[in-house]
Amino acid sequence: GPKRQREQAPRSKVGVGKDTQEKETVIPERAEEAKLKAKYPNLGQKPGGSDFLMKRLQKGVFISPPFSWRLGRQKYFDSGDYNMAKAKMKNKQLPSAGPDKNLVTGDHIPTPQDLPQRKSSLVTSKLAG
Amino acid sequence: CAGYPGGRGSGSETGGRSEADIISTVEFNHTGELLATGDKGGRVVIFQREQESKHQPHRRGEYNVYSTFQSHEPEFDYLKSLEIEEKINKIRWLPQHNAAYFLLSTNDKTVKLWKVSERDKRPEGYNLKDEDGRLRDPSMITTLRVPVLRPMDLMVEATPRRVFANAHTYHINSISVNSDYETYMSADDLRINLWNFEITNQSFNIVDIKPANMEELTEVITAAEFHPHHCNTFVYSSSKGTIRLCDMRASALCDRHAKFFEEPEDPSNRSFFSEIISSISDVKFSHSGRYIMTRDYLTVKVWDLNMENRPIETYQVHDYLRSKLCSLYENDCIFDKFECVWNGSDSVIMTGSYNNFFRMFDRNTKRDVTLEASRENSKPRAILKPRKVCVGGKRRKDEISVDSLDFSKKILHTAWHPSENIIAVAATNNLYIFQDKVN
Repeated sequence: GPKRQREQAPRSKVGVGKDTQEKETVIPERAEEAKLKAKYPNLGQKPGGSDFLMKRLQKGVFISPPFSWRLGRQKYFDSGDYNMAKAKMKNKQLPSAGPDKNLVTGDHIPTPQDLPQRKSSLVTSKLAG
Repeated sequence: CAGYPGGRGSGSETGGRSEADIISTVEFNHTGELLATGDKGGRVVIFQREQESKHQPHRRGEYNVYSTFQSHEPEFDYLKSLEIEEKINKIRWLPQHNAAYFLLSTNDKTVKLWKVSERDKRPEGYNLKDEDGRLRDPSMITTLRVPVLRPMDLMVEATPRRVFANAHTYHINSISVNSDYETYMSADDLRINLWNFEITNQSFNIVDIKPANMEELTEVITAAEFHPHHCNTFVYSSSKGTIRLCDMRASALCDRHAKFFEEPEDPSNRSFFSEIISSISDVKFSHSGRYIMTRDYLTVKVWDLNMENRPIETYQVHDYLRSKLCSLYENDCIFDKFECVWNGSDSVIMTGSYNNFFRMFDRNTKRDVTLEASRENSKPRAILKPRKVCVGGKRRKDEISVDSLDFSKKILHTAWHPSENIIAVAATNNLYIFQDKVN
C-alpha cells in the first residue's frame, strides 16, 4: 500500500494511537499535551480538585492554612515540622530537583537556607526619578 | 502613532534590575490629567500631564512625576505563617470633587484610600514658635502678631485617609469604585465584599463561592467590576472562562447570577490546557456600559450584555503560542494575567503580549497592529513601527520568529487615556507613554 508521511514525532516516543496522532497535526494543543504527559507521567493524578487549581495552589494564589507550608509559602522556620519531616525522610529518597520540584509532595524539608530573606528597608521607586 | 518613552526604569535591560521596581498596575484618573502606577515594592508614583503652553507647543501633554509615596509595606501573618506582599495589585481613582485627588490602592489583603493634595501656602508668624518650629520662651514674648498665609513652593502630599483591612482571607485581585461614589467592591479568589468609603470596620459580603469542602473547589474569581452607570450591577469572571452579572437589588448575597456568559466549547478542541487558557485574567465594562471585554490567555473577547451564549467579537492576541503551551506551562507563563483596556470611545481595544509587544484591535475596521515598547525601538517623537511575528517557514527581514520571543518581557498592564489617544504601557520596570501624532 501507499507509504504514509508522518510529520509528528515517531509514535513510540509519544505513545499515542494512530487516530490521535493524526488529530495532532490539526490541533497544536494536543501535540503540546502529549509532550507534557511524556515528560510528567504523573500529571493528572493529584488528589482533589483539578490539576490547574492544584498548580494555582502551589503558586500561592489561595491557601488553606493547614497546608500552607507544604505549598512552599511558609516564610519562617518551624523546628517541629522540620524534625517531623526529617524523621519521615530517613527511610525515603529525597525527591530530585527535577521538573516535579514545584508540585506538591509534602516531603520536602524546608531548611533555613531555603527561606528568602525578609525585605530590606524601603527605597524610593526609580520611576520617581 | 508617535511615541516617546516616558521610561524611567532602573538599571540596564540585561541586569541590575530591582524586583521592587516592577510595575504591577497602571491607571489614568477620570480626566486623564493624572496617571498612577503601583509597583512590587508597594510604592505608588503619580504622573501629571503638563499644561498646554503656547511657548512650548511640542511639550504639550508630557507626563511628569507629581507625587510618590509608599502605599503598602510587607507584613507577616504570624497566625498562618504567611508573608503578605506589599505589591500593589490595583489602583482605582475616585472622581474629583474638590482640589484634592483620591485613589484606592490595594495589595493582597488591604485596601487603602489615599488623599493626594497640594500645598502652596504656609502659615508664618506664629507667636509661640519661630519659623523653624522651635518653641519660643513665653516669657520673652512682648507683642502679639496674627499669623498670615504666605506662598511657598508647591508641595504634593499623600496621606492615607482610610485603611480597609482584615476582610479577605484570600488574595485580592480587583477593586472597583461604584457609580454611586459611596461604595466600592473588593474581590479575592472566592469572595467579593462591598464597602462604604466612610466605614472601615465593616464590609458586606456580596459573593461567596467557597465550597463547604475545599476539595470540591473547581473555580475561582479572577476579576470583578461595577457597571459604569448602574450602581446595582456588577460582573465577575472566573478561572473557567465564564462571566456572571449580578444585580444587588435581587438579594443581599449575590450567589445567584442574573446573567451567565459562557461560550460553548468545541469538544474536538479540548486538551489538558483548555481550562487553563480559558481562565479570564481581566474583565472590563465598555464606557457605554453595553459591552464587557474579557481577556483569557490567547484571546480578547467582547460580549454584548444582552447575549449570554457567546461573545460578539473574538480577537487573537498571539495564537502562535498554541504550539508552545507545553513549555509555557512548565515556566508558568501560561498563568500570566494580562489586562485589557478600551479606548475612550470603545472603538479600539488594547492588550499586552510577550517580548514587550502589545496589540491594538480596531473594532470597526477590524484591523489590528502589534507594537513594541522598548528603548531601542523608541526615540522621542519617533513613530512606532508595527511588528510582526512569523510563525513558520520563511522569516522576513523585520519579522521575529516565535522561538526568539522573550517570555520574560511581558506587558501585563496598560492604560488608555479616557478621552484622548494617549496610552501608558508598563514593560516590567519601565513605563512608556505614547500619544497620537498631532499634525
